[in-house]
Order: sequence, then structure tokens, then C-alpha cells
Amino acid sequence: MKLKTAMLLTTATVLAAPGSMAQEMADSMTLVSWGGAYQASQIAAYSDPYQEMNPDVEIVWDESSAEAVARLRAMDEAGNLTWDLVDVVAADAIRLCDEGLAMEVDHDEILAPAPDGTPASEDFGDLIVSDCFIPQIVYSTTFGYRTDVAEWNGAEPSSVCDVFDTETFPGQRSLERRPIGNLEWALICDGVAYEDVYDMLETEEGVDRAFAMLDTIKDQTIWWTAGADTPQLLADGEVVIGSTYNGRLFSLIEEQDQPVAMLWDWQMFDLDGWIIPTGLPEDRLNRVLDFVNFATDTQRLADQAAYISYGPARDSSAPLVGQHAELGIDMAPHMPTDPANSVNTFVFNYEWWADYRDDLDARFQAWLAQ
Amino acid sequence: MTDATAEPTHRPSPREQKEMAEQDGPMLAADGTPLKRSLNRALRAQKLRALMLIAPLLIFILVTFVAPIADMLFRSVENQIVSETVPRTIVALDETWSDHDAVPGEAVFAAMAYDLKEAAERREHTRLGSRLNYETTGISSLFRRSGRGVDDVGEIYADQFIELDEAWEEPATWTALMADPEWIADAEGTEDEDIPRFRLADGIADILPETASAYAGFARVIIDQDGDNPLEEEPWNTIYLALYRDLSAGADVSAYDGPQARRLSAAAEAVPGFESEPVSVMFEDIDEDWLDPQVWGTIDAFSSRYTAGYYLAAIDMQLTPEGIEPQPEEQRIYLLLFKRTLFMSGVIMGMCVLLGYPVAFLLANLPLRTSNLLMILVLLPFWTSLLVRTSAWKVLLQQEGVINDTLVWIGLVADNDRLQLINNQLGTIIAMTHILLPFMILPLYSVMQTIPPSYVRAAKSLGANDWTAFWRVYFPQSVPGIGAGCILVFILSIGYYITPELVGGRTGTFISNRIAFHISESLNWGLAAALGAILLGAVLILYWAYDRIVGIDNVKLG
Repeated sequence: MKLKTAMLLTTATVLAAPGSMAQEMADSMTLVSWGGAYQASQIAAYSDPYQEMNPDVEIVWDESSAEAVARLRAMDEAGNLTWDLVDVVAADAIRLCDEGLAMEVDHDEILAPAPDGTPASEDFGDLIVSDCFIPQIVYSTTFGYRTDVAEWNGAEPSSVCDVFDTETFPGQRSLERRPIGNLEWALICDGVAYEDVYDMLETEEGVDRAFAMLDTIKDQTIWWTAGADTPQLLADGEVVIGSTYNGRLFSLIEEQDQPVAMLWDWQMFDLDGWIIPTGLPEDRLNRVLDFVNFATDTQRLADQAAYISYGPARDSSAPLVGQHAELGIDMAPHMPTDPANSVNTFVFNYEWWADYRDDLDARFQAWLAQ
Repeated sequence: MTDATAEPTHRPSPREQKEMAEQDGPMLAADGTPLKRSLNRALRAQKLRALMLIAPLLIFILVTFVAPIADMLFRSVENQIVSETVPRTIVALDETWSDHDAVPGEAVFAAMAYDLKEAAERREHTRLGSRLNYETTGISSLFRRSGRGVDDVGEIYADQFIELDEAWEEPATWTALMADPEWIADAEGTEDEDIPRFRLADGIADILPETASAYAGFARVIIDQDGDNPLEEEPWNTIYLALYRDLSAGADVSAYDGPQARRLSAAAEAVPGFESEPVSVMFEDIDEDWLDPQVWGTIDAFSSRYTAGYYLAAIDMQLTPEGIEPQPEEQRIYLLLFKRTLFMSGVIMGMCVLLGYPVAFLLANLPLRTSNLLMILVLLPFWTSLLVRTSAWKVLLQQEGVINDTLVWIGLVADNDRLQLINNQLGTIIAMTHILLPFMILPLYSVMQTIPPSYVRAAKSLGANDWTAFWRVYFPQSVPGIGAGCILVFILSIGYYITPELVGGRTGTFISNRIAFHISESLNWGLAAALGAILLGAVLILYWAYDRIVGIDNVKLG
């Protein structure tokens, strides 16, 4: 395997002399991410320090992660790969790996071990959900609600099932326009135990139950597609409770000071990380491997948490998480992984969704359209 | 407007010309060549020059318009991935699988073992899994899991062959048996990069058909994929499985006198005593789903290189092993969306006519200074970004938005019962009518400008009242503008995507939103292509119908 030898060689040099330029490396690379505050945190924590060490390297950022899967496939078909490293959610990483568009990596070979010498694969642990996936952060999809709704008469939602309780908590909701997450929440609130949710969803009866539960709020729900929608809707007062990514809610609450609070109950854990596209020329691959090794080490992942409230994917980074770079508040209590926040957490079953996504999505969209 | 073409004065018809030419013999040009030929030559040069002038545009259109559409149409039926990834399995299914309610026989499982092992090495098995998962839920993870599990299929035989004779573990034993001696000579000592294409030894495929096929596949993968030399690589377990199956099926090894003949006949003698295990059981060990006839039915149903499956899915049908069936009721969505797209495009088109006609009329009939100001007001939103305009509608229309706030303030609407103006069909119709209005106004305006005011004045002087003068004289002359505007607005709105996505909510999305979903999220490009092709077909049919009813010559863009 040519790639593997190249990787071995690179890793060997990287390990032997960190930062050495013994290998031929390209002097520019294109990184792809999600834009917004998240990409800004990556620039501050990863690429700025990297460029300080390697002033000759030019780093170009592209904000196309949302359509990364389709774009990578198109690039592969056209034979013109312009991206070097792509930030995707775990489900997309699995898909890209399945399609052969992302490179399989040996995590222990290409990633730095923890400071105490724990190999990377153990440090990341279960978060390595695919051979192609290099995890960066743990984030969650969870609910935010307005704290000033008069109709609620002082009641505050404390459980995810309050989303389905339109008597106590009247008002519009916002949910993501896809089955993933919503069906699980619906079943949990219909009384299904956490362990049984996916088994239940495999049966016709379980799917019917989930949709019946969603039916109760169907007409009072705005279905969002972009992560920025719910924060905007909450800020406008258009919805009273809505799901979105926890980092977006953090900035809405802490940075923009809106009358909104977080509901961590049954937050839906998800992962985000890097993949390396298949078929990079050797010099570009060497550069990317050098960067990834740096950008996913224990300190860099912890640094990122100073800019955004997403949990670092390494176990060893957690104790190093400090304060917000501008607000100066402790970030640890705002992490989805904080013990106080993760009493009830839902962990996606990626494999299960890879199988059932096509069917359930068709059903979900048909249900929405009617 | 109709231009009356003058009746031409009598011109000799082609036949008369021909007859005249025949009577007089060929007419000659000044240089003595027949006039016809020299004329042709001159014309050809002229045509060529004209063609060269339009060549850049022609090439541009071919590359950016015709080629992508052709590619899309091709993708909507293309299905080569199945037959290319598991070719042996398809043949085996075709030949040996008759009772589609039962699990196929050993030959199919063995063929799948060879195919799957090769596909896994080429990292293609998961792609096939995703493809078949569109049809039957669960195949995606079945293939993903089996890609690793297939390594062990045949291990039981590999162990026994090697126990019998350690030479069976040696790559050289296998190449001597399977490969063309010339190929061995070529490949020996060659750099890994330029190993020649693998060639089987003469006749070996007749004696050991499965082994030859499996080994050739192995060698090709080793050379192409890994860049290694088969002379140095131990064969996969599946190849021992193939050898066992060939030998236990009574391969005629006595007729073989090539290299390794003694070892082969020794193996053939030992094989009946081998401990054996059905291949289906080996697959069951990987995943029980392999014993589900539906999995095999799906592979069989989608084995052809071209399929109507995507088109069927696009009209809420499905291709199952039992034939064509409607989708389960709760999954039907595309026909609904097609109907909704056509209906809403029609409504938007109608709204544009209603709102655009008076504006265009004013533009064409007001004094120049006022009409210029009005024109700027029409064009200003046209020059503003689509996203900005759509977001502005959000601000205006949402429940806590400007319009609702005003209505509540006036007292027309109760505060706790605000109007739902967005995230439904109404929102899409309002926003898209606004966005597409200039496409109606501009052609209308340019047509109205050419209508001489004297016609209406003449009608009035002959006693028509204002309405009759407008309806009988002015309006008919503006119809070509309406036609042009309608075609523009309708065709644009039928393919609209971003505005319905942002303001359409549940009930205001179009078919194009599903196409975008299948392109960028589900990666089901075949289905997206089929949906796109149907949409294209619908537009062409409507265009044809329009041509029949109104006449396309009756359309004027300016």
C-alpha cells in the first residue's frame, strides 16, 4: 500500500523530529469547515499557532462543510481534488468512508499521543466511530427556551418532554427538519426506555408511535435546516422553545445576553471531526498529516474550548479547558460533557441511522408534507 | 403581433428549376466548372465561416448545458455498480437461484465470497451497500460489516491445505499453478510499480474454473490496488475456498500436467477427507441477514446495468423482487410534490400577471420622467440579492413580524391569534411572486411600448368606451408579452429552490428541494437525476402544449 508507506514515513519523521521539514510538504492547504463562530475557534486554536510555527504555509479556509459529501464526490468524479482537510460530522465521515472518498487512517500512527503517553486511539476512545474519522469536538443538539413567556405562568421546562407538553408550555416550537433526533426524543417522551429506542424504531409500531407523538406538535412547529435558525427564532420571540446546537445557544445566552435558557435533558450527543480526502498527492498529504498531528493534540483541542462551548474529543484535554477568551467565564460548566449537564444524554447510533436513514427520511418528509 | 407577409410573386418551384436545368444541361460558371459546384463551394466556405463565428457559443452550450443534461439523464438509469462490484454473484444468481423465497445455494454464496473479498480490498463494497440500501433498509451495514468478516471465509480450508502441504502457503506455488509462465518471467524482479497485467496459464481455467477466476481477481487487486507483486503475496482465504470447491466438485486433475501437478493431485486426493463447512454458514457467522432471501432478491432485482428503479421511486413506486409495487402509503411524497410544484407555480404565475400587468401598463403610458422612476423601483429589487429579499420577507411576515405587529396594533388581529403568513404555502407564494415579478413586468413593458397609442385613440374616436377600447384593442396586442412573461415566470418558479426552502415550511416546499436533498445529503444522485428528468419532461410537455394553444411565435420578449 503506497499510501500506507507514505503515512508511515511521514509519521516516523514527525515523531522523530516534530516540525522538521525532512519530507517534501506542500506550502499551502485548503481546509474546509462550517464558517461562523466554529470556524473562527478553529482558526484561533489550530491554524494561527500552526502558521506561527510555519510562516511559509498558506492556509485557505473554505466554508463548505454543509455540502462536503456531495462536493467531495463531485471532485472525485471530476478528478480534481482541491480540498486537503475537511471538517464533517461523524455521520458524514462514515458515509464518506463508505464511499471511499475519505482516507482510512491509523489513529495511533498519525495522531499525537496524550502528554502522559496514552496512545491517541485510547485517548479518543469510542469517539473514533469510523476508520476515516479524526474527532475534534463533542457537541450536542439540545433545547433552548425563552425565560419570559407570560403564558407559561412562571413554569420552566425541565425535561425534553415539556417540548411535547403544549398545555403547560403553549407557543411555537422549532425542530430540525430531519428524522434524526426528533424520532428518538418522541419515543423517549412516549415512555420508551433509552436502551429500547432503536429496537423500537426498527418496528412499524415504534415508528408509528414516534410520528404520533410528533403529530401532537406538528402544526406548532417551525422546521429548521440551518443551525442559525433556532437562535434567531428564539431571539425574535417567534418560537418559545427550540432545538439547536449547544454552542449556538451558548453564544445566544452568554454573548448576546438574550432571555433564553438551556435545557440539557436528553441532549443529543454528536461528533465533529476531520477527514482527509482520498487521493491527495504526496506533498499535500504530508502537509495535512503534519497539520492534523498538531491541530488535534491535547493542548490544541483544549484551546478551542476557550472560543466555543464544544467539548474537546480527547479525554486528556478535559482538565485543560479554561476560561472563555473574551468573557472570562469558566467554560467547563457550558460543555455538553460536563457531569451536571450530561445526566440524561442520548448517543446517536450512527450505524443504525446509516441503514434506516433513507427509509425514515422518506417517511418523515412525506409526513411533513401532508 | 402578426406581420402580414406579402404574397410572393411567382417563383419557379424547385422542381421547375430542376427541369429547366436538365433541359439546358449543366450551367457553367465563368471558370468552366459547373455553376452548381462552384456555388456549393462558395456557400460551404460561407457556412464554415458562420460556424466558426458561433463556435465559441456552440461549444460553451454543449459543454455547460447539453453535456450536464445528458449526464443527468444517463445517471437516472445507470446502475453498473452492482454488476461491476459483484459480477460472479449475479451470474450465479441468474443460473442457480430459482425459488426466490428460499436462500440461494452454495454456488451463490461462494461467488459472493470471491466478489466481496475483492470489493472489500478495493473499498467498493460499502458503496454498493449504500446503493442497495436505497432499495432495502439494512444492506448498508450488512456490507460494511461483511467487508471485514469476509476475510475469514474459507479460513477452514486454508488451514487444511497448508496442514496437508506447507507449500500451499507459498505465493510461488500458486503463481506456478495459476499464472502464465511468460507473465511470471516478466513479473519476476520487476519494480512493484510496473508489474505487467496478470495472465492466467493456458487451460487452468478449464480444470479449476472457480480457483482460476478467484486467483485472477486476487492478482489484479494486488497489482492495481496495492501496487504489490502477486509473486510475493499470500493468497486470500477465499482462494482456498475456491480450490476446495473445484476439487470436491471432481475437477479432472489427472489431465493436468503443468507445474505443481503432483501437489495438485495430492490435494485432490486429500480433499474428500477435509473437514467442511457450508459457505452459507460462514456468511451466517458474519451476519445473519445473509440468510434473508430479500437481500438476495434485491441484489438480483438490481443486477442489470440499467434500471428503471430510480424513475419508479420518483413516482412513488418501487422495484421489488416480486415486481413493481406502489410505495407504502406513508412514504409517498414525490407525486404530491410534483403536483404541488405545478400548482403553486401556476398560482405564482397568475399572481405575477395580476400584479405585473397594471405596473407595466403604467410604465408604458406614463410620462417618461415618472415612468423612469417607476422603472427603477421595479429594477431595484431585481438587483438585490435573492437571499436578502427572502430574509426581508421573513422579517415582514413572521408572527412577531412587522405586518402582524401592525395588524395587532390596529386591532384587526388578536395578539394571541396572529396570522400565519410564513412557513407555509402562502409564504412561498408571496415571496416568490415578489421575486419573479420583474420577469413578468419587463417583457410586458417592452411589448406595451411598441403598441402605438393611435390604435386606442382610433377606437375611442369610433365610439368605443374606455373599457372596450382597452379590452378589444389594447389587450390583444399585449398578449405576446403576457405569454413571454408567463413562460419565464412559470419555468423559473418550477425549478425554484432557495426561497421555498427558507419560507416554505412544511407545506410550501417544491420538488426541487427534494432534488437538492438527494444531491447534497442522501447522495442518491440517481433518484435526483430521475426527479430532474421528470421535471424537465414536464416543462417540455407544457411548452409544447403552450405552443399548440397559444403558439410560440406569439411570444415576444421585447
